[in-house]
Amino acid sequence: MTDWFHKQRYLIDFSLAALGRRKVRNLGLLAAYSLLVFVLASVMLFTQGLRQEAKRVLAESPEVILQRLVAGRQDLIPPGYLEQIGRIRGVQKMEARLWGYYYDPVVKANYTFMVPGERQIPSGQLVVGPALARERGLVAGNLISFRSYSGRLFTFQVAEVLPQASELMSADLVLLGAEDFRAFFDFPAGHYTDITLSVANPNEVRNVAAKLAAALPDSRPILREEVQRTYASLFDWREGMVLTVLAGALLAFAILAWDKASGLSAEERREIGILKAIGWETGDVLRMKFWEGVLISLSAFLIGYLAAWVHVFHLDGALFRPVLQGWAVLYPHFRLTPQVDGLQLATLFFFTVFPYTAAVLVPIWRAAITDPDAVMRT
Amino acid sequence: MSLRPSTLALGGLALGLAGLLATWAEAGLQAQAPDPGTPALVRELGLTDPALFTEARYTRHLALSDRHAPFQDHPLGFDHFPSASLVAPPRHD
Repeated sequence: MTDWFHKQRYLIDFSLAALGRRKVRNLGLLAAYSLLVFVLASVMLFTQGLRQEAKRVLAESPEVILQRLVAGRQDLIPPGYLEQIGRIRGVQKMEARLWGYYYDPVVKANYTFMVPGERQIPSGQLVVGPALARERGLVAGNLISFRSYSGRLFTFQVAEVLPQASELMSADLVLLGAEDFRAFFDFPAGHYTDITLSVANPNEVRNVAAKLAAALPDSRPILREEVQRTYASLFDWREGMVLTVLAGALLAFAILAWDKASGLSAEERREIGILKAIGWETGDVLRMKFWEGVLISLSAFLIGYLAAWVHVFHLDGALFRPVLQGWAVLYPHFRLTPQVDGLQLATLFFFTVFPYTAAVLVPIWRAAITDPDAVMRT
Repeated sequence: MSLRPSTLALGGLALGLAGLLATWAEAGLQAQAPDPGTPALVRELGLTDPALFTEARYTRHLALSDRHAPFQDHPLGFDHFPSASLVAPPRHD
């Protein structure tokens, strides 16, 4: 065992010396290789983190949300709707919600105004989301004015800023009391934006939704599982789309690696010939080249993956932000919970390390099994 | 005494592998103590969507948007917002 280990170390020493003779070329290859792994791993970790975070927090979203549609668009819930729902068996709890959107021309951003169900917010006060507070420079106690859609100016005092940790979900929220909400939006009395429902038996959610749709044909029930599925497919789609864009880079790298690995230079051929002529066995030549491939590909994998980890989980995926931000003014600053998916990691390893190592070995093996004399003469 | 190149290379790889294991450990530790504040806020307010795209109502509340949302202004009026290009088209099965 010790002999085997010493032999491998000598082979590694020799491989490193061989790599060192073509230093610039090999360092360039290592940099391009690491960059490729970094980009692929960043996309993978970022979408995995977002997917898991959405799954974790949306598990607490309402079981059923009931909207009313008029001519294919969402409309307000009129008075009397709640009473009709109350007669449907299986509905445990229902809550009519008030929420809507407001465009703030000062910072050109959209806010979500919402009346919290349980929390009581005194008249004239607001609780604001952290991204909004940052954009408008607000802290608790500040005053802020909004011009309503009716043209009246309303001034509110900021009672509290929601915690930064919840920014992914609450970046643009403005929470206010029901009376303030109705006055600000001139919201018709007795009307609501939508209704949230909880169902006594979780297995009955689909049946209850079917009953709701039958009893209230103009309604559209949205189930929690649909909300979760929407986000799972959204992040899958985004990951797939980015990876499709990156497929070009991946192919370019594959061509580079193949060209480097399969097209043995005359110098490399002569080197193999000399090694065989001085007594190296085919197996030794292959082992030496195997170590060369492993050192480059494994180093690139580790450098790329660890850099992607730091980028996504410690630098908040800074390079992806401009892509994700779109045209939005308010964009949440959020830190994803680190996630490792063993299968994804194995897939990344297999598709980056394995092909390169294999591509290095095949031409070397072909050169190494030929006669040293013939190899040196070609 | 100078170090052999193989010692440096194997040491570097071992360090990298230790870093890889550290990422697993970090993920494991964070999974044991997740932030309870956000799920509590989602439960309290009945939130349905992350505030990732706030430029339009159908991207802010993707799960609650109209079925016709991306083309809502006109049947041929394609969507204005770049984030919609990141959202999958509906399935036609």
